[in-house]
Amino acid sequence: MTTVATIDEGTDTPYALSHLDALESEAVHIFREVAGEFERPVILFSGGKDSIVMLHLALKAFAPATVPFALLHVDTGHNFPEVIDYRDRVVTRHGLRLHVASVQDYIDRGVLKERPDGTRNPLQTLPLTEKIQTERFDAVFGGGRRDEEKARAKERVFSLRDEFSQWDPRRQRPELWNLYNGRHAPGEHVRVFPLSNWTELDVWQYIAREGIELPDIYFAHEREVFRRNGMWLTAGEWGGPKEGETVEKRQVRYRTVGDMSCTGAVDSDADTIEKVIAEIAASRLTERGATRADDKLSEAAMEDRKREGYF
Amino acid sequence: MTSTTEPTETLSVEQLSATTLLRFATAGSVDDGKSTLVGRLLHDSKSVLTDQLEAVERASASRGQEGPDLALLTDGLRAEREQGITIDVAYRYFATPRRRFILADTPGHVQYTRNMVTGASTAELTVILVDARNGVVEQTRRHAAIAALLRVPHVVLAVNKMDLVGYAEDVFGSIAEEFTAYATELGVPEVTAIPISALNGDNVVEPSAHMDWYGGPTVLEHLETVPVSHDLAHCHARLPVQYVIRPQSAEHPDYRGYAGQIAAGTFRVGEQITVLPSGRSTRISGIDLLGRPVDVAWTTQSVTLLLEDDVDISRGDLIVPSKDAPPTTQDIEATVCHVADQPLTVGHRVLLKHGTRTVKAIVKDIPSRLTLDDLSLHPHPGQLAANDIGRVKVRTAEPLPVDSYADSRRTGSFILIDPSDGTTLTAGMVGESFASPEPVRDESEDDGWDF
Repeated sequence: MTTVATIDEGTDTPYALSHLDALESEAVHIFREVAGEFERPVILFSGGKDSIVMLHLALKAFAPATVPFALLHVDTGHNFPEVIDYRDRVVTRHGLRLHVASVQDYIDRGVLKERPDGTRNPLQTLPLTEKIQTERFDAVFGGGRRDEEKARAKERVFSLRDEFSQWDPRRQRPELWNLYNGRHAPGEHVRVFPLSNWTELDVWQYIAREGIELPDIYFAHEREVFRRNGMWLTAGEWGGPKEGETVEKRQVRYRTVGDMSCTGAVDSDADTIEKVIAEIAASRLTERGATRADDKLSEAAMEDRKREGYF
Repeated sequence: MTSTTEPTETLSVEQLSATTLLRFATAGSVDDGKSTLVGRLLHDSKSVLTDQLEAVERASASRGQEGPDLALLTDGLRAEREQGITIDVAYRYFATPRRRFILADTPGHVQYTRNMVTGASTAELTVILVDARNGVVEQTRRHAAIAALLRVPHVVLAVNKMDLVGYAEDVFGSIAEEFTAYATELGVPEVTAIPISALNGDNVVEPSAHMDWYGGPTVLEHLETVPVSHDLAHCHARLPVQYVIRPQSAEHPDYRGYAGQIAAGTFRVGEQITVLPSGRSTRISGIDLLGRPVDVAWTTQSVTLLLEDDVDISRGDLIVPSKDAPPTTQDIEATVCHVADQPLTVGHRVLLKHGTRTVKAIVKDIPSRLTLDDLSLHPHPGQLAANDIGRVKVRTAEPLPVDSYADSRRTGSFILIDPSDGTTLTAGMVGESFASPEPVRDESEDDGWDF
């Protein structure tokens, strides 16, 4: 290979951005497009690594001004306490406004029923979509990445949802160059995915590069867990362990953060970001395959839930 | 040269972070083996993980298939699996120690031309597959024409199924020659032809043991080494203003920054700039690269410009060097690809999005439609239907600073939007293109017939 003078260290040609810089720049462009074109955008914030990276990018996109978006947390009622604690600290530190859509409220009011398997993931859709309607949010940022799942690989960066928040994969707008089309009728909204082109490894490398703080559950720690459907679940009031399931103390960490009833931990001794990256790079399982029970329900589980309005 | 199959786990965080990103698209007819090639690139670069492969094996077995069907890795929607075809563009991700890749996996059917246009619009490279037994066919010419139209900088011709023609050098040679001649005529700047067998893995990731006569790179080696940056010395610098950042805080009472992603070229502190369409000029007093001050910034960095004077600037304006400003115009002539189901007709009132500005516009004329098969022009077709490519004249309600698409893919492109329901109607490329080498003659003006 010919050697050429470099401006940016680490890249092989002048003016080429490193892949993380290119992804960061693209995501910032998406945040600014939404700020420029929508009236009431909101960032879906779960306290998981993807939404944390989204917020970090939004902070950079509008610095030194504050982020012009509120946060929306869909609270399943089965949260990891460390994650709620993290959420509240972030909101206070950056002077943000937090909206909460609560699954527990819907269950208490009798609108939603607890499922026999105890998982509340599918129950999130109604509180989320009703909150979007009542608050009249017109752009809803999600941390979804196309590398997560094959239905998500077909998702646009700007994804139009009808008044029922439904996704119709056959009626998607073509997305050309970086000319995002955010037009929507009253009642409709647009889901926006600034991390579309990021992979799990990109997210972790970016967290390492930027020194972003994460909830402790992402790093190896001792925890009381029990085995169900081939995954280590955290014991708790939400419905585990049942008879025949035994609790044991194990060194584990989480690759994703979601409802406790269906998010599994993995055996790990990766207690630093560097070790986590090394572990992911060597892993032969995707993060969803390793830790999400709900995606295993059927071949098109994600597509079906997305159609209904799930993120 | 480093081995391309080195697994990523041997690399440090620093090494992994320093790689560049290549966006590329694939194009091929239904049975050219595109899914197999994509599957092999993903599989051999170790980007298919065990649970994904197991899911494919389960699904294949439940359909009664003997081996795992790698096409199921890429066909993500119910309708696609039911019909066994790819309907929509899907984006896939894989990495080698040298580079990260975003692959726009586009369907090959004629009726999905718009999807190939979508994939090619952001691609720096297109892989066009042909079946070695069939050579250059109509669909190959169509794909080459779209790559040329979208000005994809690098084109790879992958001559697949070489195993079925006895790995014969002369078969490859004549296909490569025919294609290169055709593509060059279209204005494609660079063609790299590679003989492969996607099924057996010849020249995809590993060099082939069957084709000693071929001395070029494998597909992956070429993807890893093709240059992704441009010669910015000859680029017109352009910054579409996305958003004005005004903290109005105690800490930053007077901060007023113009945020945007540099569409082309470079900007430097101290440089004299002009704001379009107003035409007011001032100098750059500072550049913030996401919170960090820099002296120089270039495409495609997202930046915030600070200016010496308080000029009235808002979203939709274009900042350019004063010495290199594009003309502004309300009459745009462009080559377009119509991407919506409802047709585009003369007199159609639309919205035009160019950079960060959306303006009202009207379709004044559709001078011609391109027949992709033989690149002939059909004059005054009256309308453009889904997947049609043609020439369109648009009058905008406000003057726009447009570049020729040949000079700048970002500031030379636009989309047309239906104002009634927001549908994205048409993808436009400003200026001349290979599709209009000569002025179009209107057949109705011919006076050769006199009854």
